[in-house]
Amino acid sequence: MSLNREDVEKLCLLARIEITTEEIADVQAKLSDIVKLVDQLQAVDTSDVIPMAHPLDRAQRLRPDEVTEIDERERFQRNAPLVDKALYLVPKVIE
Amino acid sequence: MALAMHNKTLAQLADDLAARRVSATELTDHYLKRIERLDPQLNAFVTVTRDEAMAQAKAADKRLAAGDATPLTGIPIAHKDLFCTQGVKTSCGSKILDNFISPYDATVVSRLKEAGAVMLGKTNMDEFAMGSSSEASYYGPVHNPWDHERVPGGSSGGSAAAVAAGLICGATGTDTGGSIRQPAALSGITGFKPTYGRVSRYGMVAFASSLDQAGTLTRTAEDGALMMQVMAGFDERDSTALPDPVPAFSATMRTPWEAITIGVPENFFDDGLDEDSALAIRDAIGVFETLGATIKEIHLDHIHLSVPAYYVVAPAEASSNLSRFDGVRFGHRAEETDDLTKFYMRTRGEGFGPEVKRRILTGTYVLSAGYYDAYYLQAQKVRQLISDDFARAFADVDILVGPTSPTPAFGIGQKMDDPIQMYLNDIYTIGANLAGLPALSMPCGFSSGLPVGVQLIGPHLSEAELFKVAHYFQQETDWHTRVPDGYA
Repeated sequence: MSLNREDVEKLCLLARIEITTEEIADVQAKLSDIVKLVDQLQAVDTSDVIPMAHPLDRAQRLRPDEVTEIDERERFQRNAPLVDKALYLVPKVIE
Repeated sequence: MALAMHNKTLAQLADDLAARRVSATELTDHYLKRIERLDPQLNAFVTVTRDEAMAQAKAADKRLAAGDATPLTGIPIAHKDLFCTQGVKTSCGSKILDNFISPYDATVVSRLKEAGAVMLGKTNMDEFAMGSSSEASYYGPVHNPWDHERVPGGSSGGSAAAVAAGLICGATGTDTGGSIRQPAALSGITGFKPTYGRVSRYGMVAFASSLDQAGTLTRTAEDGALMMQVMAGFDERDSTALPDPVPAFSATMRTPWEAITIGVPENFFDDGLDEDSALAIRDAIGVFETLGATIKEIHLDHIHLSVPAYYVVAPAEASSNLSRFDGVRFGHRAEETDDLTKFYMRTRGEGFGPEVKRRILTGTYVLSAGYYDAYYLQAQKVRQLISDDFARAFADVDILVGPTSPTPAFGIGQKMDDPIQMYLNDIYTIGANLAGLPALSMPCGFSSGLPVGVQLIGPHLSEAELFKVAHYFQQETDWHTRVPDGYA
């Protein structure tokens, strides 16, 4: 199936990606091509198939619930665009 | 005439270092000069770490003198710019990480560092490893040393071009749908992707976590084995790292040839495969036959669905993994927004390139309410069918041999506006990722003067067998010794 302009705008909002008005037609056309490609999957009868959970059919291991890492906030925050008193700053979200 | 340093294999250089015929400092200096002189025409590197490299080389020389060296001590390598490297920019080929200095090393990076390998820099790639040409990078396209107007393949194209051009002795790469094997094929070198879970993903920027796997790009299988020996093995920090012991690859490689059966997936040799590539691959199968392998035709019933299944699973996982790039804790941040939603949207709109946006949007689509069962669940079921086909094949044969890529290197710009054509480049490689299988591509001839790769796929944890079969092939052939014009 192909996507219309509103579909693409909704996806952009869900994915938090801004697309310019000039870009949107191209994105819409290419996404529609991709959806067409993956729609080939619909023709396969998979009623008896269990979806794959792990390529080697293994379970993930567990570890004891212990603190193993040290606090390195200062080092990690060196990459942050905007920090104040060890807090990450973002645009105001509450009035 | 003796081979120039940069045309030697990693194994040969390891011998030279051990015998003190060359020092790590000389070797590093030689490669750094080649990068300086030749990389402007290839664009294989995003970052060159000259000072760190010279310091590491000096330390390697001390270890060599003290008799405390490993086969990798003093060997110049480069990392795909997707592996976190402490104190060094880790961009993943993206504007959104252009200012990111990693605070820690990936496990692959720290293991190679501990072995004494010398890192000369970080290699260019398709943004977030999403691509098959290494054109979709914030830092511009990588050029193929065999023809500068063509792509080196991708996404590990910087690593592939650098090894093929003798700018580095070996490099790391990652392979989510063919991103090591396809550039290795298009650049005329050997690329190895291990079993899912064999190498720790800790410190690799995540793309599709159930498919991503780190591996090597080198001149020969023997060189790949030397690097993999250090990279492979359990890691506490990756919950999907396999606990299984890692065999001694170099030792098993030298054991006598055993009678093996090679399966040839006949449906890989369809109309989509370039004719001269097909001939080169048939010749390679002939070499295996001469070595004493039994050849058996097989059919993978669902392999034609691997590209559609991949383009549901990989974008779905990517859309989730890439949600971390929000402009708050690290990376690019949009200016002058007063609203949080707008802030996120603008940051990501500015920071991601067109292909990454398409993948995130595709992933968002297939995971959205009402579509999950029809797409993601269905793709995971088809993935199981594809995996079962491989399992059935391996009940009859030891390894599979076929093409790596439908065509040799294509022109820069040729497929950038047609994502579907770009995706179909990985038609022969994606199956191994979906099933978590180890696979290797190595040079086996030329088509119109461009290198052709032959792909070997083995059952889970058959790394040692794949290396051995490839090593025997490379002792019978000399395709892996060919060097592009201007790089001898």
